[in-house]
Amino acid sequence: MSGKPRLTYLNGRGRMESIRWLLAAAGVEFEEVYLETKEQYDKLIKDGFLLFQQVPLVEIDGMKMVQTRAIMSYIAGKYNLHGKDLKERALIDMYVEGISDLMQMILMFPFSPPDAKEKNLESIKERATNRYFPVFEKVLKQHGQDFLVGNKFSWADVQLIEAILAVEEKVPAILSGFPQLQVFKTKMSNMPTIKKFLQPGSPRKPPPDAHYVETVLKVFKK
Amino acid sequence: MCAKPKLYYFDGRGKMESIRWLLAAAGVEFEEEFLETRDQYEKLLQGGSLLFQQVPMVEIDGMRMVQTRAILSYIAAKYNLYGKDLKERALIDMYVGGTDDLMGFILMFPFLSAEDKEKQRAFIVQKATSRYFPVYEKVLKDHGQDFLVGNNFSWADVHLLEAILMVEEKKADVLSGFPQLQAFKARISSIPAIKKFLEPGSQRKPVPDDKYVETVRRVLLMYYDVKAN
Repeated sequence: MSGKPRLTYLNGRGRMESIRWLLAAAGVEFEEVYLETKEQYDKLIKDGFLLFQQVPLVEIDGMKMVQTRAIMSYIAGKYNLHGKDLKERALIDMYVEGISDLMQMILMFPFSPPDAKEKNLESIKERATNRYFPVFEKVLKQHGQDFLVGNKFSWADVQLIEAILAVEEKVPAILSGFPQLQVFKTKMSNMPTIKKFLQPGSPRKPPPDAHYVETVLKVFKK
Repeated sequence: MCAKPKLYYFDGRGKMESIRWLLAAAGVEFEEEFLETRDQYEKLLQGGSLLFQQVPMVEIDGMRMVQTRAILSYIAAKYNLYGKDLKERALIDMYVGGTDDLMGFILMFPFLSAEDKEKQRAFIVQKATSRYFPVYEKVLKDHGQDFLVGNNFSWADVHLLEAILMVEEKKADVLSGFPQLQAFKARISSIPAIKKFLEPGSQRKPVPDDKYVETVRRVLLMYYDVKAN
Protein backbone atom coordinates (compact mmCIF):
# COMPACT_ATOMS: atom_id res chain seq x y z
CA MET A 1 0.00 0.00 0.00
CA SER A 2 1.26 3.48 -0.71
CA GLY A 3 1.74 5.84 2.18
CA LYS A 4 -0.03 9.16 2.28
CA PRO A 5 1.15 11.74 -0.22
CA ARG A 6 3.80 13.99 1.31
CA LEU A 7 3.93 17.66 0.41
CA THR A 8 7.13 19.72 0.74
CA TYR A 9 6.73 23.49 0.63
CA LEU A 10 6.73 26.52 2.85
CA ASN A 11 4.17 26.76 5.62
CA GLY A 12 1.89 28.92 3.54
CA ARG A 13 -0.24 28.98 0.43
CA GLY A 14 1.88 29.82 -2.60
CA ARG A 15 1.77 27.28 -5.40
CA MET A 16 1.05 24.37 -3.08
CA GLU A 17 -2.34 25.60 -1.91
CA SER A 18 -4.22 24.46 -5.03
CA ILE A 19 -2.73 21.01 -4.52
CA ARG A 20 -3.87 20.95 -0.88
CA TRP A 21 -7.37 21.95 -2.03
CA LEU A 22 -7.50 19.21 -4.65
CA LEU A 23 -6.28 16.45 -2.35
CA ALA A 24 -8.69 17.60 0.34
CA ALA A 25 -11.60 17.75 -2.10
CA ALA A 26 -10.76 14.20 -3.21
CA GLY A 27 -10.84 13.13 0.44
CA VAL A 28 -7.14 12.23 0.46
CA GLU A 29 -5.17 12.68 3.68
CA PHE A 30 -1.63 13.97 3.27
CA GLU A 31 1.48 14.86 5.25
CA GLU A 32 3.44 18.07 5.00
CA VAL A 33 7.08 19.04 5.40
CA TYR A 34 7.67 22.77 5.82
CA LEU A 35 10.73 24.54 4.46
CA GLU A 36 11.91 27.07 6.99
CA THR A 37 15.58 27.60 6.17
CA LYS A 38 17.75 27.93 3.09
CA GLU A 39 19.84 25.01 4.37
CA GLN A 40 16.83 22.68 4.30
CA TYR A 41 16.09 23.72 0.74
CA ASP A 42 19.71 23.41 -0.40
CA LYS A 43 19.85 19.93 1.10
CA LEU A 44 16.74 18.85 -0.81
CA ILE A 45 18.41 19.99 -4.01
CA LYS A 46 21.71 18.35 -3.16
CA ASP A 47 19.94 15.07 -2.34
CA GLY A 48 18.30 15.09 -5.78
CA PHE A 49 14.70 15.41 -4.65
CA LEU A 50 13.81 18.38 -6.82
CA LEU A 51 13.88 17.61 -10.53
CA PHE A 52 14.21 21.26 -11.54
CA GLN A 53 15.51 22.49 -8.16
CA GLN A 54 12.08 23.87 -7.31
CA VAL A 55 9.15 23.24 -5.03
CA PRO A 56 6.25 22.30 -4.84
CA LEU A 57 7.35 18.71 -4.36
CA VAL A 58 4.76 15.98 -3.81
CA GLU A 59 5.88 12.46 -3.04
CA ILE A 60 3.04 10.29 -4.25
CA ASP A 61 2.77 6.69 -5.45
CA GLY A 62 6.53 6.22 -5.48
CA MET A 63 7.15 9.37 -7.54
CA LYS A 64 8.82 12.61 -6.53
CA MET A 65 6.52 14.91 -8.48
CA VAL A 66 7.30 18.52 -9.23
CA GLN A 67 5.61 21.11 -11.48
CA THR A 68 2.30 22.19 -10.02
CA ARG A 69 0.21 21.44 -13.09
CA ALA A 70 1.69 17.97 -13.52
CA ILE A 71 0.95 17.20 -9.88
CA MET A 72 -2.64 18.41 -10.08
CA SER A 73 -3.29 16.60 -13.37
CA TYR A 74 -2.09 13.40 -11.78
CA ILE A 75 -4.26 13.82 -8.70
CA ALA A 76 -7.28 14.78 -10.79
CA GLY A 77 -6.76 11.78 -13.07
CA LYS A 78 -6.21 9.38 -10.20
CA TYR A 79 -9.28 10.48 -8.24
CA ASN A 80 -11.68 10.82 -11.16
CA LEU A 81 -11.87 14.60 -11.10
CA HIS A 82 -10.72 15.08 -14.69
CA GLY A 83 -13.91 14.38 -16.67
CA LYS A 84 -15.13 11.20 -18.34
CA ASP A 85 -13.50 11.66 -21.75
CA LEU A 86 -11.09 13.78 -23.73
CA LYS A 87 -13.57 16.54 -24.46
CA GLU A 88 -14.59 16.94 -20.82
CA ARG A 89 -10.93 16.95 -19.93
CA ALA A 90 -10.35 19.70 -22.49
CA LEU A 91 -13.09 21.84 -20.91
CA ILE A 92 -11.75 21.24 -17.41
CA ASP A 93 -8.23 22.09 -18.55
CA MET A 94 -9.40 25.33 -20.19
CA TYR A 95 -11.30 26.40 -17.11
CA VAL A 96 -8.48 25.46 -14.74
CA GLU A 97 -5.87 27.29 -16.82
CA GLY A 98 -7.99 30.43 -16.94
CA ILE A 99 -8.53 30.40 -13.19
CA SER A 100 -4.86 29.70 -12.72
CA ASP A 101 -4.00 32.92 -14.60
CA LEU A 102 -6.18 34.82 -12.12
CA MET A 103 -4.64 32.97 -9.16
CA GLN A 104 -1.18 33.85 -10.46
CA MET A 105 -1.99 37.54 -9.89
CA ILE A 106 -2.97 36.76 -6.30
CA LEU A 107 0.13 34.61 -5.85
CA MET A 108 2.44 37.45 -6.82
CA PHE A 109 0.53 40.13 -4.91
CA PRO A 110 2.29 39.85 -1.52
CA PHE A 111 5.62 40.36 -3.32
CA SER A 112 4.61 43.58 -5.08
CA PRO A 113 6.50 46.68 -4.04
CA PRO A 114 4.40 48.83 -1.66
CA ASP A 115 3.75 51.52 -4.28
CA ALA A 116 2.38 48.94 -6.74
CA LYS A 117 0.04 47.17 -4.32
CA GLU A 118 -2.99 49.33 -4.95
CA LYS A 119 -2.63 49.07 -8.72
CA ASN A 120 -2.21 45.31 -8.53
CA LEU A 121 -5.24 44.95 -6.32
CA GLU A 122 -7.24 46.94 -8.84
CA SER A 123 -5.99 44.63 -11.62
CA ILE A 124 -7.09 41.55 -9.69
CA LYS A 125 -10.52 43.08 -9.18
CA GLU A 126 -10.78 44.11 -12.84
CA ARG A 127 -9.70 40.74 -14.22
CA ALA A 128 -11.95 38.78 -11.88
CA THR A 129 -14.94 40.96 -12.67
CA ASN A 130 -14.47 41.41 -16.41
CA ARG A 131 -12.54 38.42 -17.66
CA TYR A 132 -12.85 35.35 -15.46
CA PHE A 133 -15.97 35.34 -13.30
CA PRO A 134 -18.32 36.24 -16.18
CA VAL A 135 -17.18 33.11 -18.04
CA PHE A 136 -18.11 30.77 -15.21
CA GLU A 137 -21.29 32.69 -14.41
CA LYS A 138 -22.35 32.10 -18.01
CA VAL A 139 -21.33 28.43 -18.05
CA LEU A 140 -23.40 27.72 -14.94
CA LYS A 141 -26.35 29.76 -16.17
CA GLN A 142 -26.42 28.06 -19.56
CA HIS A 143 -26.47 24.46 -18.40
CA GLY A 144 -28.16 25.08 -15.07
CA GLN A 145 -26.18 22.26 -13.45
CA ASP A 146 -24.43 22.26 -10.10
CA PHE A 147 -20.97 21.61 -11.49
CA LEU A 148 -18.99 23.27 -14.25
CA VAL A 149 -18.39 20.22 -16.45
CA GLY A 150 -20.37 17.10 -17.26
CA ASN A 151 -22.81 17.43 -14.38
CA LYS A 152 -20.16 16.01 -12.11
CA PHE A 153 -17.79 17.37 -9.47
CA SER A 154 -14.36 17.95 -10.99
CA TRP A 155 -11.01 19.69 -10.60
CA ALA A 156 -12.53 22.75 -12.30
CA ASP A 157 -15.05 23.20 -9.49
CA VAL A 158 -12.35 22.91 -6.83
CA GLN A 159 -10.14 25.43 -8.59
CA LEU A 160 -13.04 27.86 -8.99
CA ILE A 161 -14.19 27.75 -5.35
CA GLU A 162 -10.57 28.26 -4.27
CA ALA A 163 -10.27 31.29 -6.56
CA ILE A 164 -13.59 32.80 -5.46
CA LEU A 165 -12.58 32.64 -1.81
CA ALA A 166 -9.09 33.98 -2.53
CA VAL A 167 -10.44 36.98 -4.44
CA GLU A 168 -13.11 37.62 -1.79
CA GLU A 169 -10.36 37.94 0.80
CA LYS A 170 -9.06 40.88 -1.23
CA VAL A 171 -12.32 42.26 -2.62
CA PRO A 172 -15.13 41.21 -0.29
CA ALA A 173 -18.05 42.18 -2.54
CA ILE A 174 -16.56 40.63 -5.68
CA LEU A 175 -19.48 38.25 -6.23
CA SER A 176 -22.14 40.93 -6.02
CA GLY A 177 -22.80 40.85 -9.78
CA PHE A 178 -22.65 37.06 -10.04
CA PRO A 179 -25.73 35.28 -8.65
CA GLN A 180 -24.81 31.89 -10.17
CA LEU A 181 -21.37 32.04 -8.59
CA GLN A 182 -22.91 32.91 -5.22
CA VAL A 183 -25.03 29.76 -5.39
CA PHE A 184 -22.03 27.78 -6.64
CA LYS A 185 -19.93 29.03 -3.75
CA THR A 186 -22.52 27.90 -1.23
CA LYS A 187 -23.00 24.50 -2.87
CA MET A 188 -19.28 23.76 -3.11
CA SER A 189 -18.62 24.95 0.42
CA ASN A 190 -21.19 22.47 1.67
CA MET A 191 -19.72 19.44 -0.05
CA PRO A 192 -18.51 17.27 2.84
CA THR A 193 -14.79 17.14 1.92
CA ILE A 194 -14.66 20.85 1.13
CA LYS A 195 -16.66 21.77 4.22
CA LYS A 196 -14.11 19.89 6.30
CA PHE A 197 -11.23 21.68 4.56
CA LEU A 198 -12.84 25.04 5.30
CA GLN A 199 -13.00 24.35 9.02
CA PRO A 200 -10.31 25.49 11.47
CA GLY A 201 -7.64 22.88 12.05
CA SER A 202 -7.58 21.69 8.43
CA PRO A 203 -4.39 21.78 6.30
CA ARG A 204 -5.71 24.92 4.58
CA LYS A 205 -3.22 27.77 4.99
CA PRO A 206 -4.08 31.35 5.96
CA PRO A 207 -3.60 34.32 3.61
CA PRO A 208 0.09 35.18 3.17
CA ASP A 209 1.44 37.69 5.67
CA ALA A 210 4.72 39.55 6.13
CA HIS A 211 6.29 36.56 7.89
CA TYR A 212 5.45 34.30 4.95
CA VAL A 213 6.98 36.76 2.47
CA GLU A 214 10.10 36.96 4.65
CA THR A 215 10.41 33.18 4.75
CA VAL A 216 10.06 32.88 0.98
CA LEU A 217 12.77 35.45 0.39
CA LYS A 218 15.04 33.81 2.94
CA VAL A 219 14.62 30.20 1.78
CA PHE A 220 14.96 30.95 -1.93
CA LYS A 221 17.70 33.54 -1.63
CA LYS A 222 20.34 33.01 -4.32
CA MET B 1 -15.02 13.90 -41.38
CA CYS B 2 -13.28 16.35 -39.15
CA ALA B 3 -12.15 19.59 -40.68
CA LYS B 4 -8.53 20.61 -40.24
CA PRO B 5 -7.75 22.40 -36.98
CA LYS B 6 -7.59 26.18 -37.45
CA LEU B 7 -5.13 28.28 -35.48
CA TYR B 8 -5.79 31.94 -34.64
CA TYR B 9 -2.67 33.91 -33.70
CA PHE B 10 -0.09 36.35 -34.98
CA ASP B 11 2.13 35.37 -37.88
CA GLY B 12 4.93 34.45 -35.54
CA ARG B 13 5.98 32.04 -32.81
CA GLY B 14 4.79 33.28 -29.43
CA LYS B 15 2.61 30.87 -27.49
CA MET B 16 1.25 29.22 -30.61
CA GLU B 17 4.55 27.75 -31.80
CA SER B 18 4.50 24.75 -29.44
CA ILE B 19 1.04 23.93 -30.78
CA ARG B 20 2.29 24.09 -34.39
CA TRP B 21 5.16 21.78 -33.45
CA LEU B 22 2.87 19.24 -31.81
CA LEU B 23 0.33 19.15 -34.62
CA ALA B 24 3.15 18.82 -37.14
CA ALA B 25 4.79 16.03 -35.11
CA ALA B 26 1.45 14.23 -35.02
CA GLY B 27 1.23 14.55 -38.81
CA VAL B 28 -1.86 16.73 -38.59
CA GLU B 29 -2.40 19.38 -41.25
CA PHE B 30 -3.77 22.67 -40.00
CA GLU B 31 -4.92 26.07 -41.22
CA GLU B 32 -3.94 29.40 -39.79
CA GLU B 33 -5.57 32.81 -39.54
CA PHE B 34 -3.06 35.53 -38.76
CA LEU B 35 -3.99 38.52 -36.62
CA GLU B 36 -2.67 41.66 -38.25
CA THR B 37 -4.96 44.45 -37.13
CA ARG B 38 -6.65 45.55 -33.96
CA ASP B 39 -9.99 45.41 -35.80
CA GLN B 40 -9.58 41.73 -36.57
CA TYR B 41 -8.88 41.04 -32.94
CA GLU B 42 -11.85 43.06 -31.74
CA LYS B 43 -14.08 41.18 -34.16
CA LEU B 44 -12.90 37.91 -32.63
CA LEU B 45 -13.54 39.28 -29.16
CA GLN B 46 -17.00 40.57 -30.00
CA GLY B 47 -17.88 37.33 -31.74
CA GLY B 48 -17.32 35.56 -28.45
CA SER B 49 -14.81 33.05 -29.74
CA LEU B 50 -12.11 33.86 -27.19
CA LEU B 51 -13.18 32.40 -23.87
CA PHE B 52 -10.84 34.57 -21.79
CA GLN B 53 -10.39 37.26 -24.45
CA GLN B 54 -6.99 35.86 -25.39
CA VAL B 55 -5.17 34.01 -28.12
CA PRO B 56 -3.95 31.34 -28.88
CA MET B 57 -7.27 29.98 -30.01
CA VAL B 58 -7.58 26.72 -31.92
CA GLU B 59 -10.77 25.51 -33.56
CA ILE B 60 -10.59 21.75 -33.30
CA ASP B 61 -13.21 19.00 -33.23
CA GLY B 62 -16.07 21.47 -32.87
CA MET B 63 -14.44 23.30 -29.95
CA ARG B 64 -12.93 26.76 -29.81
CA MET B 65 -10.05 25.90 -27.51
CA VAL B 66 -8.01 28.48 -25.66
CA GLN B 67 -5.24 28.21 -23.06
CA THR B 68 -2.07 26.84 -24.60
CA ARG B 69 -1.63 24.05 -22.06
CA ALA B 70 -5.20 22.80 -22.49
CA ILE B 71 -4.82 22.78 -26.27
CA LEU B 72 -1.50 20.94 -26.16
CA SER B 73 -2.85 18.35 -23.69
CA TYR B 74 -5.84 17.68 -25.92
CA ILE B 75 -3.73 17.23 -29.04
CA ALA B 76 -1.21 15.03 -27.22
CA ALA B 77 -3.94 12.74 -25.91
CA LYS B 78 -5.87 12.62 -29.16
CA TYR B 79 -2.81 11.59 -31.16
CA ASN B 80 -1.36 9.16 -28.61
CA LEU B 81 1.58 11.32 -27.65
CA TYR B 82 0.70 11.35 -23.96
CA GLY B 83 2.02 8.07 -22.62
CA LYS B 84 0.19 4.81 -22.05
CA ASP B 85 -1.04 5.41 -18.49
CA LEU B 86 -1.36 7.96 -15.71
CA LYS B 87 2.23 7.57 -14.51
CA GLU B 88 3.72 8.05 -17.97
CA ARG B 89 1.46 11.06 -18.38
CA ALA B 90 2.77 12.41 -15.07
CA LEU B 91 6.36 12.10 -16.30
CA ILE B 92 5.51 13.76 -19.61
CA ASP B 93 3.71 16.57 -17.76
CA MET B 94 6.72 17.12 -15.50
CA TYR B 95 9.17 17.20 -18.38
CA VAL B 96 6.97 19.50 -20.45
CA GLY B 97 6.59 21.76 -17.41
CA GLY B 98 10.36 22.17 -17.35
CA THR B 99 10.79 22.91 -21.06
CA ASP B 100 7.78 25.22 -20.84
CA ASP B 101 9.44 27.24 -18.07
CA LEU B 102 12.65 27.40 -20.14
CA MET B 103 10.85 28.51 -23.29
CA GLY B 104 8.95 31.03 -21.19
CA PHE B 105 12.20 32.93 -20.66
CA ILE B 106 12.61 33.12 -24.43
CA LEU B 107 9.00 34.11 -25.14
CA MET B 108 9.40 37.67 -23.90
CA PHE B 109 12.90 38.08 -25.38
CA PRO B 110 11.87 40.00 -28.53
CA PHE B 111 10.05 42.59 -26.39
CA LEU B 112 13.09 43.53 -24.34
CA SER B 113 15.33 46.55 -24.79
CA ALA B 114 18.70 45.86 -26.44
CA GLU B 115 20.47 46.04 -23.09
CA ASP B 116 18.01 43.72 -21.39
CA LYS B 117 18.30 41.30 -24.30
CA GLU B 118 21.94 40.68 -23.49
CA LYS B 119 21.13 40.11 -19.84
CA GLN B 120 18.29 37.78 -20.73
CA ARG B 121 20.39 35.84 -23.23
CA ALA B 122 22.89 35.07 -20.47
CA PHE B 123 20.04 34.16 -18.11
CA ILE B 124 18.49 31.77 -20.65
CA VAL B 125 21.78 30.03 -21.32
CA GLN B 126 22.57 29.77 -17.62
CA LYS B 127 19.20 28.23 -16.81
CA ALA B 128 19.32 25.90 -19.80
CA THR B 129 22.75 24.56 -18.98
CA SER B 130 22.46 24.38 -15.19
CA ARG B 131 18.81 23.60 -14.51
CA TYR B 132 17.04 22.10 -17.51
CA PHE B 133 19.39 20.37 -19.98
CA PRO B 134 21.15 18.34 -17.26
CA VAL B 135 17.80 16.80 -16.29
CA TYR B 136 17.02 15.52 -19.77
CA GLU B 137 20.64 14.51 -20.36
CA LYS B 138 20.43 12.32 -17.26
CA VAL B 139 17.01 10.86 -18.14
CA LEU B 140 18.30 9.75 -21.54
CA LYS B 141 21.60 8.48 -20.12
CA ASP B 142 19.91 6.51 -17.32
CA HIS B 143 17.47 4.54 -19.47
CA GLY B 144 19.48 4.58 -22.72
CA GLN B 145 16.31 4.73 -24.80
CA ASP B 146 15.58 6.89 -27.82
CA PHE B 147 12.68 8.76 -26.26
CA LEU B 148 12.19 10.49 -22.93
CA VAL B 149 9.23 8.46 -21.65
CA GLY B 150 8.13 4.85 -21.99
CA ASN B 151 10.34 4.05 -24.96
CA ASN B 152 7.77 5.75 -27.15
CA PHE B 153 7.68 9.05 -29.02
CA SER B 154 5.66 11.58 -27.00
CA TRP B 155 4.83 15.24 -26.50
CA ALA B 156 7.81 15.48 -24.14
CA ASP B 157 10.22 14.69 -27.00
CA VAL B 158 8.65 17.25 -29.33
CA HIS B 159 8.71 19.94 -26.67
CA LEU B 160 12.34 19.24 -25.73
CA LEU B 161 13.51 19.42 -29.34
CA GLU B 162 11.69 22.71 -29.78
CA ALA B 163 13.36 24.07 -26.63
CA ILE B 164 16.82 22.88 -27.68
CA LEU B 165 16.56 24.57 -31.08
CA MET B 166 15.29 27.80 -29.51
CA VAL B 167 18.15 27.96 -27.02
CA GLU B 168 20.64 27.15 -29.78
CA GLU B 169 19.38 30.22 -31.62
CA LYS B 170 20.58 32.21 -28.62
CA LYS B 171 23.88 30.35 -28.26
CA ALA B 172 24.89 28.02 -31.05
CA ASP B 173 27.15 25.70 -29.05
CA VAL B 174 24.92 25.39 -26.00
CA LEU B 175 24.72 21.60 -26.36
CA SER B 176 28.47 21.16 -26.20
CA GLY B 177 28.39 19.62 -22.72
CA PHE B 178 25.43 17.37 -23.49
CA PRO B 179 26.24 14.39 -25.71
CA GLN B 180 22.94 12.60 -25.06
CA LEU B 181 21.01 15.71 -26.08
CA GLN B 182 23.08 16.06 -29.22
CA ALA B 183 22.17 12.51 -30.22
CA PHE B 184 18.55 13.13 -29.20
CA LYS B 185 18.40 16.25 -31.33
CA ALA B 186 19.69 14.39 -34.40
CA ARG B 187 17.37 11.47 -33.82
CA ILE B 188 14.16 13.42 -33.28
CA SER B 189 14.94 15.84 -36.11
CA SER B 190 15.07 12.93 -38.50
CA ILE B 191 11.60 11.62 -37.68
CA PRO B 192 9.75 12.19 -41.01
CA ALA B 193 7.00 14.48 -39.68
CA ILE B 194 9.52 16.57 -37.77
CA LYS B 195 12.03 16.62 -40.61
CA LYS B 196 9.29 18.00 -42.84
CA PHE B 197 8.43 20.68 -40.27
CA LEU B 198 12.09 21.73 -40.13
CA GLU B 199 12.27 22.26 -43.87
CA PRO B 200 11.70 25.64 -45.53
CA GLY B 201 8.10 26.17 -46.60
CA SER B 202 6.63 24.48 -43.52
CA GLN B 203 4.38 26.30 -41.08
CA ARG B 204 7.19 26.69 -38.58
CA LYS B 205 7.68 30.38 -37.85
CA PRO B 206 11.03 32.19 -37.91
CA VAL B 207 12.77 33.84 -34.97
CA PRO B 208 10.60 36.83 -33.95
CA ASP B 209 11.78 40.18 -35.30
CA ASP B 210 10.80 43.82 -34.78
CA LYS B 211 7.91 43.53 -37.21
CA TYR B 212 6.48 40.72 -35.10
CA VAL B 213 6.84 42.79 -31.93
CA GLU B 214 5.13 45.73 -33.62
CA THR B 215 2.23 43.55 -34.73
CA VAL B 216 1.69 42.08 -31.28
CA ARG B 217 1.84 45.50 -29.64
CA ARG B 218 -0.56 46.94 -32.18
CA VAL B 219 -3.12 44.15 -32.07
CA LEU B 220 -3.11 43.72 -28.30
CA LEU B 221 -2.54 47.41 -27.50
CA MET B 222 0.36 46.09 -25.44
CA TYR B 223 2.59 49.14 -25.25
CA TYR B 224 4.05 48.68 -21.81
CA ASP B 225 7.71 47.79 -21.28
CA VAL B 226 8.60 44.19 -20.66
CA LYS B 227 11.34 43.53 -18.13
CA ALA B 228 14.00 40.85 -18.17
CA ASN B 229 14.02 38.05 -15.56
